[in-house]
Amino acid sequence: MWTGIPLFPETASTMASRVDALYLFLLGVAGFFSLLIAGLIVFYAVRYRRQSPRSVGATIHGSVTLELTWTIIPFLITMVIFIWGASVFFAMARPPDDTLDIYVVGKQWMWKFQHLDGQREINELHVPLGRPTKLIMTSEDVIHDVFVPAFRVKADVLPGRYTNIWFQPTKAGRYHLFCAEYCGTRHSGMIGEVVVMEPTEYQAWLSGGPEGSLAENGAKLFESLACNTCHRPDAQGRGPTLDGLFGKMVKLQSGETITADEAYVRESILNPSAKITAGYQPIMPTFQGLVTEEQLLELIEYVKSLQATPVAAR
Amino acid sequence: MPDAAPHALPDAAHHTLSQPTQAEVALAHQFDSLEQQRDATTLGMWVFLVTEVLFFGGLFTVYSVYRSSYPEAFAAASHELDILLGTINTVVLITSSLTMALAVHAAQVGQRKALIAFLVVTMLLGAAFLGIKSVEYYHKFVEHHVPGPGFQFEQEYFRHAQLFFSLYFMMTGLHALHMVIGVGIMLWMVAWAWRGTITAEYYSPIEISGLYWHFVDIVWIFLFPLLYLLGRHAH
Amino acid sequence: MSSTVLSPPRHYLNDGYGVKSWLLTRDHKRIALLYLAGVTFFFFVGGAMAVLIRLELATPPGDLVSDETYNKLFTMHGVMMVFFFLIPAIPAVIGNFLVPIMIGAKDLALPKINLLSWYIYMVGGLFTLYALIAGGVDTGWTFYAPFSTASSTTNVIPTALGIFITGFSSILTGLNFIVTIHRMRAPGMTWFRMPLFLWSIYATSLINVLGTPVIAITILLVAAERLFHFGFFNPALGGDPVLFQHLFWFYSHPAVYIMVLPAMGVISELVAAGCRKPVFGYTFVAFASLAIAVVGFLVWGHHMFVAGESVYAALIFSILSFIVAVPSAVKVFNWTATMYQGAVSWETPMLYAYGFIGLFTIGGLTGLFLAAIGIDVHVTDTYFVIAHFHYIMVGGTIMGYLGGLHFWWPKMTGRLYNEGMAKVSAVIIFVGFNLTFFPQFILGYLGMPRRYHAYPPEFQVLNVLSSAGASILGIGYLIPMIYLMWSLRYGRLAGSNPWGAVGLEWTTTSPPPTENFETTPVVTWEAYDYGSTVEGHVA
Repeated sequence: MWTGIPLFPETASTMASRVDALYLFLLGVAGFFSLLIAGLIVFYAVRYRRQSPRSVGATIHGSVTLELTWTIIPFLITMVIFIWGASVFFAMARPPDDTLDIYVVGKQWMWKFQHLDGQREINELHVPLGRPTKLIMTSEDVIHDVFVPAFRVKADVLPGRYTNIWFQPTKAGRYHLFCAEYCGTRHSGMIGEVVVMEPTEYQAWLSGGPEGSLAENGAKLFESLACNTCHRPDAQGRGPTLDGLFGKMVKLQSGETITADEAYVRESILNPSAKITAGYQPIMPTFQGLVTEEQLLELIEYVKSLQATPVAAR
Repeated sequence: MPDAAPHALPDAAHHTLSQPTQAEVALAHQFDSLEQQRDATTLGMWVFLVTEVLFFGGLFTVYSVYRSSYPEAFAAASHELDILLGTINTVVLITSSLTMALAVHAAQVGQRKALIAFLVVTMLLGAAFLGIKSVEYYHKFVEHHVPGPGFQFEQEYFRHAQLFFSLYFMMTGLHALHMVIGVGIMLWMVAWAWRGTITAEYYSPIEISGLYWHFVDIVWIFLFPLLYLLGRHAH
Repeated sequence: MSSTVLSPPRHYLNDGYGVKSWLLTRDHKRIALLYLAGVTFFFFVGGAMAVLIRLELATPPGDLVSDETYNKLFTMHGVMMVFFFLIPAIPAVIGNFLVPIMIGAKDLALPKINLLSWYIYMVGGLFTLYALIAGGVDTGWTFYAPFSTASSTTNVIPTALGIFITGFSSILTGLNFIVTIHRMRAPGMTWFRMPLFLWSIYATSLINVLGTPVIAITILLVAAERLFHFGFFNPALGGDPVLFQHLFWFYSHPAVYIMVLPAMGVISELVAAGCRKPVFGYTFVAFASLAIAVVGFLVWGHHMFVAGESVYAALIFSILSFIVAVPSAVKVFNWTATMYQGAVSWETPMLYAYGFIGLFTIGGLTGLFLAAIGIDVHVTDTYFVIAHFHYIMVGGTIMGYLGGLHFWWPKMTGRLYNEGMAKVSAVIIFVGFNLTFFPQFILGYLGMPRRYHAYPPEFQVLNVLSSAGASILGIGYLIPMIYLMWSLRYGRLAGSNPWGAVGLEWTTTSPPPTENFETTPVVTWEAYDYGSTVEGHVA
């Protein structure tokens, strides 16, 4: 199964080689200074070994020049590392615009993956090769963490919030997915696999999928929970219309303006009085405890899918 | 950073034949002079108060974070506190700091009776504070504002008002604990004053206790507006 | 050594016998020995946990203990080692013993508070041990919410209370040292004539005093949340779990400097005495200690790069984390430069000092990997981090502690230990340590997460190497127990200055009298003044 002792992880994403390059540079810097110090210590210990019980060393108090040298040079080296590390980080923190989005829900002690078109997976995540993919993640209970060493990506998965990571796989294969934030008894059992497939195979796999995409299920929920009685496409309802809302700026009662993103939609369902749209009454009831995390994802995807419709005159 | 000139060598032994003075009895063996002892113990109390600032500071940070996240819920919850009792308590505590300062002064000039009287009044004011606080806690219990299964609040602000009251009990509870300790320290000082341990030469224990008491007072000065006065100006 | 060395007739160890004279002592030297007993006990409790952990990890499946038990093992290992060994060991044992002597005082400023510190430490430790025996706690020493507040079913509250109580011991010790160094220095002992160990202890005490109260309130909030169902850190009740992390790390990052700064102070003393010359760049080393303490308070967010903090916060914490590395580097260069043209000893304390400098350098450099956010995203929460902090804590602090213990053992006990056995142990410890922890860097980059009870089979070989190293390291730690205890009864008498070192502690007897000096010293010389005075100092 394994050919020898692995000393370096697989390189399977576009970020991985960038991370590895910085890592090798750091190995060089660390190796250089470690050997320098170790070498000097050994050399001095031998060269200046105490010859007799009463001998003393030379009285040398210091040298400002040396102090400045070995303060400034390390400082400059660390700044180079900082800038390089920050640049790699920026790339990690800014997913490209056209990512394939997949929702992730972590719970003790398993991973639930939800593809937009309805495919559901447990502990195994299929993704297409070469496509930038974003994981939008939340937890049902305690803090977990999605970590794919081969992609060099990691982010904590928090209850009550969405976090995300993105990657672009460069090599087909199966890669470990670990939970990397201690979460209780079976933390080390919360292991999954990312399966990177050629795009055609991925499509074939997807179409073997089940009933209804996330957005379609969300539409059903929207009706069954009676959201549509207040949030109407003709803007005649007691609540603001949601058509074309996602991604736009919303002006709030408090005067603030915020972007309608996943977190906003989720909060408005669970804690509606937090952000009241300007011009509307705070009468929406809360759905805390009445919807599961997965249902929230379905509703969010449904809202995302709503296009702006021409508004009838009031 | 560098201190003033290091302390002088102790004088050659004296008073070996006559009785030691009260001050000399009070001098601990590791110190060379009463002045050094007083400097050291006072510095010690200041350092301790810094740790208390960090301790309450952590709690105030938690409070500030949630207050800025949920201003309306916090204002609504704050409105449920009894501002009259809170104000009375503030006046009581500030007065007790006055009596404490008077006690320190009495100690400095060697007025033992005045010292004991002021210490006792300070204690009584502290006890009054704690009594009024207990009444407030009782009201909160009766009104179902104690966090937990029995908590009741208007639906709109339910979760975050409960957070407010959790902070309210945590902050005022820890403050009250410090008050109880303070009253205990006062009792101890009354005992020392009664026994004549405190003199015009050796009164630093009273000073140091005063520092602690003033600090506990100052914590309340911050707690009161943060907890009781949220959003009051709007009404 | 000379056969005419005599033990002083009256010294602090025979100045009063019986349990009461020890348990009610005000003497900082006796209190130091009380702490020595305590920290040694808790070290071996934590060490036993480590042995079990490494035994389990020798094979990929979780087959030695259940996963619940394993989680309790690593939690208690962390709690015991961090709070009951690494934080108190050097300050409360070596610091307590030496601070008054090094400044020429008769005792600390507040001896009764010093004794109280020890009692608080023991009560907190036994309380926490009770939590262990009564079923253990499984949150990790980091107690992350909401797992610790709303999910774990173990003895979180007793452990939290035990740590809370022990925090006061740190605070009072730090307070005592600050007051003592400010107000009790002997005539002529100016700040810049103090041995560098005192600068490190002072910087450590600043952190103790400013940081510990924050972990105190944090742990109290965790206990309160569990007990009263408050919702400070629980999203279901309106709280924020990431806020817990900010509060926790605000203390726990400076805490690592509490653990390493005193060891650095010891190294300064060992290097000066081992080379018989002043530490190179005294002023720079002194100010570097303060800089580490100050900047150390500004970097806590580097534990949270993947925890959901904002990009901008991450950048600020990253750059500050690089800056905090610079004063440590300055110290390493200065110690190395001290060896140049020194009269370099190869005795045991010096061996520990060399080990420290080398291993701390590696540990510190791997900190740079972690400060670079792009790398940290990959290696955080993996064995890379574990290797990094063990290089500093074990390769650094523990070697500093053992070096200091060996260096001042003759002063504290009046006896010399067996130098041959001591050298062998030092080498065993060095080899065992590197074998244990170096493979973990590789494991971490490969992606093995931390706190894993079972792991994928491809990680096994490196884990086996690490476990083998751990067994060697364990043996290395046991041997000093034997020869040090043996020396108490059978060791040769030490004399006041067996090393030929310069420092106030070497001008008094071994062991010192209860009041430390026959007469209060008046200091007219600079620190490490080997040039003119060494003749008079050699025993």
